[in-house]
Formats: sequence, structure tokens, C-alpha cells
Amino acid sequence: MIRLILLVAQKDLRIERRSRVLLWQVAPFGLMTLLLCGLAVGPNASTQAKLAPGLFYIVVMLVALLVINRTSQVESSRGTATSVQILGIDPGAVFLGKALAMFIQLSIVGVALLAGTTVLLHVPLDAAFVTLPVLLLASATLSMAGVLYGRIAASSANAGTLLPALALPAFAPILIAGERSFSSLITAGPLARWVGLLGLASATYACVGVLLYGALEE
Amino acid sequence: MKQVLRRTLGPFALASSVATFVMGYFVTPPDVVQGELARLVYIHPAQAWVALYLSFGAATIASALYLWTRTRSMVADRVAASAVEVATLFIGLTLLTGAIWGRPTWGVWWVWDARLTSTAVLGVLMLGYLALRRANDDPQVRAKRSAVFAILTAINIPIIHFSVMWWTTLHQGATVFTEDRQLKIHGSMAWTLLLSFIAFSLDFAWMVRARYRIADHEAAQRDSELDSALQARRTESAS
Repeated sequence: MIRLILLVAQKDLRIERRSRVLLWQVAPFGLMTLLLCGLAVGPNASTQAKLAPGLFYIVVMLVALLVINRTSQVESSRGTATSVQILGIDPGAVFLGKALAMFIQLSIVGVALLAGTTVLLHVPLDAAFVTLPVLLLASATLSMAGVLYGRIAASSANAGTLLPALALPAFAPILIAGERSFSSLITAGPLARWVGLLGLASATYACVGVLLYGALEE
Repeated sequence: MKQVLRRTLGPFALASSVATFVMGYFVTPPDVVQGELARLVYIHPAQAWVALYLSFGAATIASALYLWTRTRSMVADRVAASAVEVATLFIGLTLLTGAIWGRPTWGVWWVWDARLTSTAVLGVLMLGYLALRRANDDPQVRAKRSAVFAILTAINIPIIHFSVMWWTTLHQGATVFTEDRQLKIHGSMAWTLLLSFIAFSLDFAWMVRARYRIADHEAAQRDSELDSALQARRTESAS
């Protein structure tokens, strides 16, 4: 099972490494959106720092949408689904492998965006550093949810516009938990419940994904 | 039995709704604190019960039945779709009556309260479900994807239910299922509240049944059109 998960993840990451969509399209989009957020909020440093956690997670969500869309496009390309079915790979392993590849991609962009947020929106460096594990947990949750929603929207008419309509409302609890935990680190507020919520969402999506991904592959 | 249920469901739903209106508007007294505004308690909680629990519970069960290969049938898919359509309507009504209550009570139509926000998020998810159904033409693919989406959405239901306790916001606390198990409503008001739950549940059942019949007719019509097209093609190739 672990070998299969790694194989699927390697396949997705290899496609990404060759196409370089993450580097040349997704990451610049995220940084540009962050810049626009700074422009929208205004030049006051304290206002920017106060709104930074929310803006940061909004940008992470938008970037996640692009990554999910890209991953499901790759999966929907001609012959891919058929070849996976012919090989008889366990759908649960496919789900986890794709989620792992997406998690790695989202984590890389997330760290770059966090660095951008620290510089552009004046977030204290120690808070940005400590929020890194929470960001990784949020990325894991987004990845697992993203693989499922991406597969649901894939091959439908207007999949590109359907995906945000399906995924964004479902990402709301992740946004709230991520933003609250980041804010808690800046203002020294309670953190445990938000991390717990992210952990619970992550575990739920993992279980549902392993159980139901097969139905979407049929 | 089925026939009796089928014939009596509509009249029962109508009679209980009329009885709720009469009891809620003419028989029960106004509240000591909230006055006439408290009469919304005979509409809003029952709508929320139908929208968040009954409709979506039915849709989730039907979706799970569809996904389980032993019980897979288009009946389950149609029941799920009908229940979600009714749920979307009731979520809209819940938010509307909540806003009507919120304006004089809180001074605004909308607050970023956890329960309100979660209900709105669930409403948007329901719209997503309906959009998903319209984006797929193949009935089998549509049914599978919709079923998985409905189950994923069901994850949000507990978050909505417990959010008021987790985030402790403006929303009024429970009236019946309180933490100390003490009813906060009594006498004719309590009975009318109970009647409203029965009435709205019956309305829900009647609406789902009506929507299911329409879906059934639509599927039959599609099949018959397909058969006619095939027959016309065969005739054309034979001549």
C-alpha cells in the first residue's frame, strides 16, 4: 500500500516537475494576490498585520483551487483513468498518493506565501515561524478535500467553474481554523481547539477519501 | 397501506400546518420579553430542523444506500436529489425568518454568528449539489458523484450543530434540548412548538414525494424519447 501511494505521488510530482506549472504560474499568482491584498487593505502596517492571517489563508485557498484544478485535469487526460483501472491499483492508495503529491505542492507554495506575508503584511517573524506546523496541517486537510472535490468536478461540463462552487464552501471550516490559529499565535490567544478542528477535518477527509474514492473512479 | 399513506399525506400536512398557524397566531400568548416577535418560534426552529437535520439526514442516508452496491438503485438517487432540493428551500426560509427575528432583536439583519454562517455555508453547498447534478448528463455518473458530494457535505452538519457551543456567539441557545435538561418553554407554547415540528416534517415528506414523482416522470420521459429516437433510426436504416 505505501509503495503504491509513493508511486502515485511520484507520478504526479514528476508531471509537475516537467511542466513547472507550480513554479511559473501558481506561485506567482499567489504572490500577486498577496500584493493585491496589501494594496486593498492600505499602507497602514498595523491594519495589515491585523488582517494578515485571514488574507494569507484566503490566498492559500485560491492557490489550492488552482493546484486541485491542475491535478484533476492531469487525471482526466485521455487514457489516465483507464490505465489506472487496468492496472488494478487500490483506489484508496490512488487517493492517498494524489493527496500526498498535492500536499507537497501546497506546502511549498504555502511556505513561500508565508514568507511573502511576513515581509509584505508585517507579521511578526516568530508567529510566522510557529504557525508553520499549522499551515502544514491545513495543507494536508486541503489536499485530501481537494482530491475528492477535484475528482467530483472532473469531466463534468464546466468543471473549471464547478470546482470552486463545490470546494470553497467546504473549505470554510479550514479557513476559519487556519486564520484563528494564526491570529492566536500573534495575539497569544487559545490555539488548541483550532488545531484540533483541523486535525479532526483532516482525519475525516482521509477516512472518507479512502472509503469513497473508488466510487468516483468507477 | 402505501395507498392510504399516499392519499393522506397531503391533507395531514395541510391540516397540521393550518393548526400550527391558528395555534401560533391566535391561541398562544405573546412572550413576556419578546412580545409578538416570539411567535417566530413556531416557524423558525421547525424550518431549521427540516433544513439541517431531516432533509439532509434523508439525503445522506439515500446517498449512502446508492453508494452501497447491494442497495444501489436510481430510487435512492432520486430521493437524495429531491431531499436536497427541499433542503435548499428550507435553508433559505430558515435564514429569512432568522433575519426577520434578528433585525428587531439584534438591530441588524445579519451577524457573523457561527450558526448563521455555517447554515449559509451549508446552503451554498446545497446549491453546489444542484449545480453538480446539472453538470452531468450520464445518470449513473451524476448519481455517484452527487452521492459522494452529499456524504462529504454531511460532515458539515455536526459542525453546524456544535458550532454554537464551540464558538459561543450571539445565537439564542437551545429551548428544548438544553444542557441542564430543563424546558425553557411551557403550556400552549410548548405544544404549538411541538405541533410546528410535526407540521413542517409532514410538509417536507409531501414535498419530497411530489419532487420524487416529477423526477420519476422526467426519467420515464427521457427513456421513452430515447426509445423513440432508436426506433426512428432503425426505421430509417431499414427503408
